[in-house]
Amino acid sequence: MTALLTVAKLSRRFGGVQAVKDLSFSVGEGEIVGLIGPNGAGKTTAFALISGFLAPDAGEVRFRGRVLRGLKPHQVNALGLARTFQIVRPFPRLSVVRNVMIATLGRHPAPAEAERRARAILDELGLGARAETPAGSLTLAERKRLELARALGTEPVLLLLDEVMSGLNEAETERMVELVRAINRRGVAILLIEHVMRAVMSLAQRIVVLNYGERIAEGRPEAVAADRRVIEAYLGDEGVPSAPA
Amino acid sequence: MKALAAAGAVAVLLALPLVLSGYAITIFILIFFYAYLAQAWNILGGYAGQLSAGHAAFVGIGGYTSALLFERGVTPWLGMFVGAALAAGLGAVIGYLGFRFGLRGFYFVLLTVAFAEICRILASNVEAVGGAIGLYITFTGDPRHFQFRDPRAYYYIALALMLLATGVAALLERRRLGIYLTAIREDEAACEALGVDTFKCKMLAMVVSSFLTGLAGTFYAFQNFSLQPGAVFGIPLSVEILIRPIIGGAGTLLGPVLGSFILTPLAEVSRQYFGQGGLHGAHLVVYGLLLVAVVLFLPQGAYPFLRRLLRRGAA
Repeated sequence: MTALLTVAKLSRRFGGVQAVKDLSFSVGEGEIVGLIGPNGAGKTTAFALISGFLAPDAGEVRFRGRVLRGLKPHQVNALGLARTFQIVRPFPRLSVVRNVMIATLGRHPAPAEAERRARAILDELGLGARAETPAGSLTLAERKRLELARALGTEPVLLLLDEVMSGLNEAETERMVELVRAINRRGVAILLIEHVMRAVMSLAQRIVVLNYGERIAEGRPEAVAADRRVIEAYLGDEGVPSAPA
Repeated sequence: MKALAAAGAVAVLLALPLVLSGYAITIFILIFFYAYLAQAWNILGGYAGQLSAGHAAFVGIGGYTSALLFERGVTPWLGMFVGAALAAGLGAVIGYLGFRFGLRGFYFVLLTVAFAEICRILASNVEAVGGAIGLYITFTGDPRHFQFRDPRAYYYIALALMLLATGVAALLERRRLGIYLTAIREDEAACEALGVDTFKCKMLAMVVSSFLTGLAGTFYAFQNFSLQPGAVFGIPLSVEILIRPIIGGAGTLLGPVLGSFILTPLAEVSRQYFGQGGLHGAHLVVYGLLLVAVVLFLPQGAYPFLRRLLRRGAA
């Protein structure tokens, strides 16, 4: 599998906090990779570094063979890398379909065509009936789907999803998992930050685990779940039964 | 239906001078002129949400440029575009500083005020452009010099300006740039994440807005035949420009026009009324009260409220 995204020795510090340290991993074409770790492990910072919202102190991000240094977020997006925000950021006073049009207009400058594509995406994500509603009046589950719809509207080859399942109930989570799988089947690679373990375990082909900004494990979901360092990171030392003396 | 209503309104405005008195024509000229300025401001301040409190600077640059060129034999019909281009140049400088260095909200407001004040102080102190006395334009009454003996000519030019700016805003609303601007107003970072070059969009809005505002400077100069630094570069004019779209409905197509139709006659009447009683500036109190009322009861402005009323009436 050829690497679509390669992150090499990425580091970023905020004052006294090393948010991300020497982080390296890759995402292959069409792959789903999970990025997990306890709160504050640096996952969202890693996303910001990859998508051009933050500049790294050191290291580099390579996407489709191109080093992303110095590119602004909109330029990174134009290359085919779209992200969602953990705290969803709809344009509250714009209608749902307008929200998605902001994304589709990038590749389809004629508003009529951009709107047609936006509506197709909304129908696919089950938001078609809400198209004319101001985005500010959507439920949380709908907002999460809108966030996904907008990212899809930019026609990415790699989608960075930041906790699109958090705050959803079981049925809504199930639905989101199916949506993500369907998007992936069309050839879109996905890098997924997620706290809902069941979702990551069932979706990801590979998982990268962060703790204190560093990668502490990487591998297939079952292997990672059994990894002693990962369990320690999540539960603390006491949570792990000590080996018999 | 909408097109019919618009055509009807334009027809009425075209026919009005046939029946209006000279004083009423003067009021309508002011309504159109301020509606034009309000609409030009609306492109940047309304749609794109970048509040400028220094738009007077563009009026001043436009007016001074065409007046100075006229002294040297250049017709204002040409000078107005040179002035507008210079205004757009200043707009680009302000925009570059503000948008490149991420000045938002109050900081952007202060930046625009600062530039307008610099212009005012420069104009007041440079004798070559008339200094504190300003510029007086020789009256020729020649239409080729943008001068007319009949006030109805100014009426029709001001009307054309208002329709032009509203046409530009209407066009913008239908195009990609205008749609992007409404989203930039709501959340810039989200726009960037969706591939929108927010810097470029804001710069374009600034340049279009300052160019149109600059054109108005020539109209002002050749209707009043004089330019004073305090009047054309000063904060009071900037406030006149921004208060109309805010009261009428910023970021809507007809809000700035409605705002001018509400405020301009009100300002004129109260200026007359209080001015005779020696209470100069009392119209500003009226502005203040109206602004408080709008912010409290119609935070989106008068036009969206009116539209809802009309819809309810139609249903």
